[in-house]
Amino acid sequence: MKANRIWSWIFLALGILYFALPLIGTLEFSLKLRRGAYSLDAYWVVLGDPRFQQTFLYSVMMALATIVVGVLLVVPTAYWVRLKLPGWRPFMEFITLLPLVIPPIVIVFGYIRLYNTSSWLPLTGSAMGTNILLMFGYVVLALPYMYRAVDTGLRAIDVATLTEAAQSLGAGWVTILSRVILPNVAVAVLSGAFLTFAIVIGEFVMAALLSRPAFGPYMQLLGANRAYEPAALAVIAFAITWGCMALIQVVSRFAPKTPEQPH
Amino acid sequence: MTLSAGEGTGSKLAAPARGVRQRMSFAWLGVVPFLLFALLFLVLPTMKIVVGSFQTNDGGFTLANIANLFQPSILAAYWISIRISVASALLGCLFGFLVAWAVVLGGLPGWLRSPVLTFSGVASNFAGVPLAFAFLATFGRLGLVTLILRDWFGINIYGLGFNLLSFGGLTLTYLFFQIPLTVLIITPALDGMRREWREAASMLGATGFQYWRLVALPILWPSLLGTFALLFANSFGAVATAYALTGSSLSIVPILLFAQIRGDVLQDPHLGYALAFGMIVVTGIANFVYIWLRTRSERWVK
Repeated sequence: MKANRIWSWIFLALGILYFALPLIGTLEFSLKLRRGAYSLDAYWVVLGDPRFQQTFLYSVMMALATIVVGVLLVVPTAYWVRLKLPGWRPFMEFITLLPLVIPPIVIVFGYIRLYNTSSWLPLTGSAMGTNILLMFGYVVLALPYMYRAVDTGLRAIDVATLTEAAQSLGAGWVTILSRVILPNVAVAVLSGAFLTFAIVIGEFVMAALLSRPAFGPYMQLLGANRAYEPAALAVIAFAITWGCMALIQVVSRFAPKTPEQPH
Repeated sequence: MTLSAGEGTGSKLAAPARGVRQRMSFAWLGVVPFLLFALLFLVLPTMKIVVGSFQTNDGGFTLANIANLFQPSILAAYWISIRISVASALLGCLFGFLVAWAVVLGGLPGWLRSPVLTFSGVASNFAGVPLAFAFLATFGRLGLVTLILRDWFGINIYGLGFNLLSFGGLTLTYLFFQIPLTVLIITPALDGMRREWREAASMLGATGFQYWRLVALPILWPSLLGTFALLFANSFGAVATAYALTGSSLSIVPILLFAQIRGDVLQDPHLGYALAFGMIVVTGIANFVYIWLRTRSERWVK
């Protein structure tokens, strides 16, 4: 057992070394813009760049739209499947896992070919249309996480009883969903939402190929042209990812207890 | 399937025109918006690619596009993509397993477990463009590690043939999200290992090595192989990290496809479809293996 423990410490130390080095390296590199002294100059350059502000704002709006549409699409569907169509669950699981199977670059390739200006639904013909297309692309990317989070949340509550109770008090479907079901799965929805935010904010492939001014392509462009600013961006991006995960941890403390553990 | 649900709720809902005639249920109407969304933005775009890879320019059926994939430059792209994915998945599985083992079974203090898992959750989502920047700042020509090795130890890793913009460099970078992903998947499997199994084995006279070879590994095998398949698909489809790291200097399949979509570098649109179709086939097989093995491994992990 003693030998075991020594090996454990060695493995853990090696792991910490591998994961800490790039983070320290990035942080150190991002502070080196001014010759000979550590400074926050790279951060001021990045934060003061109007293109940073525009693309970041664009990606934040995109992430919020994705979350809203994703929730409106996933919560009623997952609820309905649990309540009325239990036999459909394997099929829904298959559909919601597809985005993990088909690489995003292939999906967006399909968009470009299917919704080009000469097609029956020329979404890529206008900026607004392309924005909508990109947003639906992000909903697709977030689908596996969102659906699973909500479905796990629904498993923890008695959907049928809650629905019948609400109906016997005269509630309609909209009321049931918004005032009974949604508050009960709020924690799951929030977890899915934060994960979606982390995914969308730095997404590169879809935005680049649909030529939208998003944060991911901006980071790539800056990386191709500058030395120290990209490191500052990487630190900012890591802080955002860390923030999203921390929020998931915080909200999941308020989750109702799940009868079976999800995998 | 929908029979019992439809009958049980039909009378209570008292919705007109519902479920009176035979056992017709209109419950499926509730998922129509979702199905429409999945059809328009997931299924049809993919079908377009799949069908397009079997079509000539004027729409006739052909296998020529698929056959054209077997030219040296494209085969080389698939080969290096598959090698990077296999290498990063194998090493990711190995090191991830060792870390998970150290935390769950290795006798480390219990308070370490939660921070390790939380960090794994963060790091497995820290991919894409910023990850490339982080590794450039660390292992690039002026990176922290490169400079420390050069100035303190007199080792010039670039002089020794290391290059971040290569097979080895990309594999090293991908491990940053592959290892944490393994930790997240394998930890529950290790949690499921019962103490009694180890005790039973040692009562029968097994050594530690025999216990792992004859009991633990056979049980964990499906989880490990499944994780491997998932990691493989994960790195095979990744574009952003590789593109931000290497530009287009390293010709892996996703980067080739990226250039093809942007500017038709292959000068044959339908070859582009076939290239994408090849990616679906490879990741599809990997994910099928993953799902199949996961259902097998869940028999043990309760």
